[in-house]
Amino acid sequence: MLDGNAIAGVLEEIFGQDMTAAAATCSGCGRSGPMAETAVYMRAPGIVVRCCHCDTVLAVVTERRATYCVDLTGIR
Amino acid sequence: MHISRGFHRRHPEEANSNRVPPGQYVTSDFPVLSAGPTPRVPLSEWSFSLRGELDEPRSWSWDEFQALPREGFAVDIHCVTTWSKLDTQWTGVSVDTLLEGVETGAEHVLVFCDGGYTTNLPLEDVTGGRAWVAFEYEGEPLEPEHGGPARLVVPHLYFWKSAKWIRGIELRSDDEPGFWESYGYHNYGDPWREQRYAGD
Amino acid sequence: MARAALRGRLTWQLGTVEDVVAETDMTASIVLRVPEWPGQRAGQHVDVRLTAEDGYQAQRSYSIASAPDEDAVVLTVERLEDGEVSSYLVGELRVGDELELRGPIGGYFVWEEAMGGPLMLIAGGSGIVPLRAMLRHRLARKSAVPVRLLYSARSHHELIYREELSGLGVEAGVDVSVTLTREQPPGWQGYDRRIDRALIAEVTWPATERPLAYICGPTSFVEAASDAMVSLGHEPRRIRTERFGPTGR
Repeated sequence: MLDGNAIAGVLEEIFGQDMTAAAATCSGCGRSGPMAETAVYMRAPGIVVRCCHCDTVLAVVTERRATYCVDLTGIR
Repeated sequence: MHISRGFHRRHPEEANSNRVPPGQYVTSDFPVLSAGPTPRVPLSEWSFSLRGELDEPRSWSWDEFQALPREGFAVDIHCVTTWSKLDTQWTGVSVDTLLEGVETGAEHVLVFCDGGYTTNLPLEDVTGGRAWVAFEYEGEPLEPEHGGPARLVVPHLYFWKSAKWIRGIELRSDDEPGFWESYGYHNYGDPWREQRYAGD
Repeated sequence: MARAALRGRLTWQLGTVEDVVAETDMTASIVLRVPEWPGQRAGQHVDVRLTAEDGYQAQRSYSIASAPDEDAVVLTVERLEDGEVSSYLVGELRVGDELELRGPIGGYFVWEEAMGGPLMLIAGGSGIVPLRAMLRHRLARKSAVPVRLLYSARSHHELIYREELSGLGVEAGVDVSVTLTREQPPGWQGYDRRIDRALIAEVTWPATERPLAYICGPTSFVEAASDAMVSLGHEPRRIRTERFGPTGR
């Protein structure tokens, strides 16, 4: 398990700007924090970003044929 | 495209092997992949349940589960991240044993686990000797990072279907996509037809 | 600054290896000349991508070890036992080769002079790399921001930038503490155990000083250090963390 810094490049590629300092509010526990402080699981079929407090899935990034698909429904 | 002088892949793909699906390489390691933190549930609190569309829900405690007829089995496993591991040895309870005597019209299952992971399969893919709930690997209790105390093992499909930390099976008449399926992975996941992503 | 304003989307660039410097048995610094490099902030990293002739690609992130004030982009890479990329970078890559990278990346784990201090830098293993960039930046700017460094490594041989850091220790304003967790050389005067609350309490600024803390290293190290800092009364918002670990599958 790493943190949001590990996917800084992927997120910048997707969003066009640095996202590590961007704040995300967890839809599970309601706490906010920078993306850099999220718990990131990279050794998986995709990247899973979880709240560091309650483990709620904040985002999932998958890659297929050089195209990223990102689901952000865990972020309020 | 820039080519890095002197760099080559560490694991060559297996060509011409009838045991290795297309696009896979064989490893002697046992990589640990996870979508979340490793759950730690004491055995005294563990249970395995059958629920959903069946005559009567069933549940086993750890001790009751251990008392069920068990099988040793050796299978090849294939992960969608391209590694395959041959002749992995497990001990577990066949899903056929768990479903013995169950009356159901369901055609689908949704597997649920500690930590919230889910995966879906056709009922026929976890029956007929094709799936087990395994609690030993190579003769030792299954380690938490590999899915212990118990995980599903369904070797004929990509290994994301072999859900770690399994706590039960829900029988359903409709098909509900599980975790990776709902994020774009293939609904069925046959490694021999290289069904990695939806639409493959 | 014109260069910063022109930065567009993150694109892959080619750098040329100017030098490869062994730092320890398992670690080397790769000095790169990257034309049109936009400049980085201390603490940022790059993504490196290797491509084999059959098209196979592998990608990893490495912190930039050089300061923004320097011309070259330096990456210090630790060769991991099963590392597909690190064993190429430390072992195969040589002067004159080209390396594909993109960056600089990261807006959270960065320090510049204007952010002030006092600084508390805590490094575990190769976590020293981005912190060293911060120290070099501070030095280049002749900054008066007080800084303390706590560096944890397994042994003396595994200390990266050993001479440079002890040189900084001699200079006013940089307080360096080292803990060697597995083995210590004869006559060792520093710490000899894994970091814990007591050790952190001894070497860290008191919470009343409100230091800006940067903690970098393996996940378990970072969490232990961060928990200790919070338990000593430091504000979580003034603690920035970066976890290192293998990402190859």
